[in-house]
Amino acid sequence: MMDGGMVGTTQALVRFVGVQKTYDGEHLVVKNLDLDIRKGEFVTLLGPSGSGKTTTLMMLAGFEVPTHGEIFIADRPIKNMPPHKRDIGMVFQNYALFPHLTIEENVAFPLTVRGTAKAEVTERVRNALRMIKLENLAHRRPGQLSGGQQQRVALARALVFNPQLVLMDEPLGALDKRLREHMQLEIKQLHEQMGITVVYVTHDQGEALTMSDRIAVFNDGIVQQIDKPDALYEQPVNSFVANFIGENNVLSGTVENIEQGFCRVALASGGSVVAQAVNVQGPGAATALSVRPERIVIVPDGASTDLANRLPATVQDTIYLGDHALAVLKVAGNGEFMVKLPPGAHAGLGHGQAVSIAFRPEDCRALDPV
Amino acid sequence: MTAAFVAGADAPTEVPLKRRLKRAERARQFKALALVLPLLLFLLFTFLGPIAGMLWHSVDDWEVPKTLPHTVAALSDWNGKDLPDEKAFAALAGDLQAARAAGTVAIPSKRLNYVVNGFRSTLASTARNLKTVPEPGTAKDTLIAINPAWGDRATWAAIKGASGPLTSFYLLGALDLTRNLDGAIVAAPAEQAIYRDVFARTFTIGFGVTVLCLILGFPVAYLLANLPAGRSNLLMIFVLLPFWTSLLVRTCAWIVLLQSEGVVNDGLRWLGVIDEPLRLIYNRFGVYVAMTHVLLPFMILPLYSTMKAISPAYMRAAASLGASPVTAFRRIYLPQTLPGVGAGSLLVFILAIGYYITPALVGGAADQMISYFIAFYTTETVNWGLASALGAVLLLATLLLAVVYGKLVHGQQVTGGMKN
Repeated sequence: MMDGGMVGTTQALVRFVGVQKTYDGEHLVVKNLDLDIRKGEFVTLLGPSGSGKTTTLMMLAGFEVPTHGEIFIADRPIKNMPPHKRDIGMVFQNYALFPHLTIEENVAFPLTVRGTAKAEVTERVRNALRMIKLENLAHRRPGQLSGGQQQRVALARALVFNPQLVLMDEPLGALDKRLREHMQLEIKQLHEQMGITVVYVTHDQGEALTMSDRIAVFNDGIVQQIDKPDALYEQPVNSFVANFIGENNVLSGTVENIEQGFCRVALASGGSVVAQAVNVQGPGAATALSVRPERIVIVPDGASTDLANRLPATVQDTIYLGDHALAVLKVAGNGEFMVKLPPGAHAGLGHGQAVSIAFRPEDCRALDPV
Repeated sequence: MTAAFVAGADAPTEVPLKRRLKRAERARQFKALALVLPLLLFLLFTFLGPIAGMLWHSVDDWEVPKTLPHTVAALSDWNGKDLPDEKAFAALAGDLQAARAAGTVAIPSKRLNYVVNGFRSTLASTARNLKTVPEPGTAKDTLIAINPAWGDRATWAAIKGASGPLTSFYLLGALDLTRNLDGAIVAAPAEQAIYRDVFARTFTIGFGVTVLCLILGFPVAYLLANLPAGRSNLLMIFVLLPFWTSLLVRTCAWIVLLQSEGVVNDGLRWLGVIDEPLRLIYNRFGVYVAMTHVLLPFMILPLYSTMKAISPAYMRAAASLGASPVTAFRRIYLPQTLPGVGAGSLLVFILAIGYYITPALVGGAADQMISYFIAFYTTETVNWGLASALGAVLLLATLLLAVVYGKLVHGQQVTGGMKN
């Protein structure tokens, strides 16, 4: 907070510094949040409901006041700045289009409240409506539009006044799957074309992975990890992130030794595995191993493999999913161990069949115990 | 195979399909009708029936045709310019004698007395003094001899005007209008022309009470709609509390509070604010206070239900788009409450212009509203015609308002969703 003069040299447009928030004075909804968002970046706040992601967004928008800490936008503290002076465009979950105004009037609203000249308002509204391809519906009211169209109008309204920052609070939550995927691409394109800075809140990890430059995974009021989508998936730093992002197989065990970033883990059911030591206390500590389903191969009984980790498994079930198949195995006491197979490869597997699974130590991460 | 079958069956069965749909719908419609039938019958007998009766009374003119039938027949071809001919005088003499024998002279007297003051005594004295049927050809002279009023064209014009079966007399009267001797509509004499003033007063008080209710009710409704559920329920109980007390009790409570020795005056005098008691009741002020108090819930409830439906997201959206709280309220919140403002105002206004008890108890002579006069004519003078006509005018004003409101609300609403 005191280094307000120095941060001018950083790239961060938005900075959360030691932000805490409590509603009841007993439980912190947001615990000591430090987060930098760079100009032009698309950052997603991802987490289960109640994880503090929406509260964080609301503090940034100005509808909630941090209990402690400070938020800076372009190096200006904004804790005591009312929402309408923050120059932030916001898209709400239920669009919040004004029902008594036409589409055109809705999009013009942020301009007219700023006293923009009439000719310029007309021009910019027309451009914004062209951008979302809804020029022909300019004189309709929101109630006459479909959910997807309403969402596009809400987007245009939040962008038309060129805000320094755009916030989106689960904007696609009310749309069906196909439309949601289409809108994800559309928002991503808009972001790239216009170079805007976006803070996006969602609980849908697929959405976060598709659109974001960086994702901040929230749980229990704490940012668990903030990283690029691929890093988040490939290199989760703790069990929560590993389980929250994508499919994950968990094996519990105890660390035997650590050597050059790798550790040998004795599984509770017997046998041992070599894994990357990512988040382990030291020898003797409990750990949860994380292996992605696509990093595992099934080895027929008796065949050999050059992969370092090999464990016996029993086939429980196979699931055909079109472009791929899943084998559900019982491995080291875990009855929901998933292995991703290429299409057709599941044909030879039957219930109760004994097989082996194998994976590289590099693809197995020893994390904090669950 | 299936597709071909459907396509083949489609075209020729288009009309029967509609018929089949109608048949299928009919059972549902009957069920719906059966559900509302008891209420419909109840309304028919207690609401529509009386209203139709009232409207009929306001134009019905039965007294003179029933009791003086021959006179009415004889006057049917009278030109109204000169005195009627001998035939009419003879018919009147006959009718009057028959009426006297039947004891029904009072019936046309009352009706005709509305038109010409003193007609009652003219008829009564004529009936009394007409001992026998006048000799043929002498009826005119006999009657004029008994009462010179029979030599006046206006007397006969009154009878002709009241000869039914329908009359505009009462409705015109309710609007301070009357017909002159030639049948043209003119303004009523000044001493009878009071109803326009009364209507104006009624609408002024109704409008004033509506505005007061809106000013007082809007913030309360806003608070109710935006408080957490627990506290808003408590506040709602306070809003509804007046409904648990009778109207009469509440009005009398205001008398206790506002009279010159009442709580308010005593309090102000004790505080030294005033020396002489203020006149707070039996005047327009008292009427406004008491009526606003009684009608306030009818404003708050529609406002509340409208405001409750306005998502707080709209105000947040407006703020995030750069609108200051005042701008957001004016441009986003207020317009969305307009349907509630309209509904509440219409409700309060319509209830207010029909108020009787409250102004009668806490108002002065110059604060009586139209209902007071309707009650006066039905209970005191038993002039059903004029009472009904006043009621009909009030009903018409109310209907007009409802239509205007309907148009306004319809204009507000979004018409038909078109999705693609």
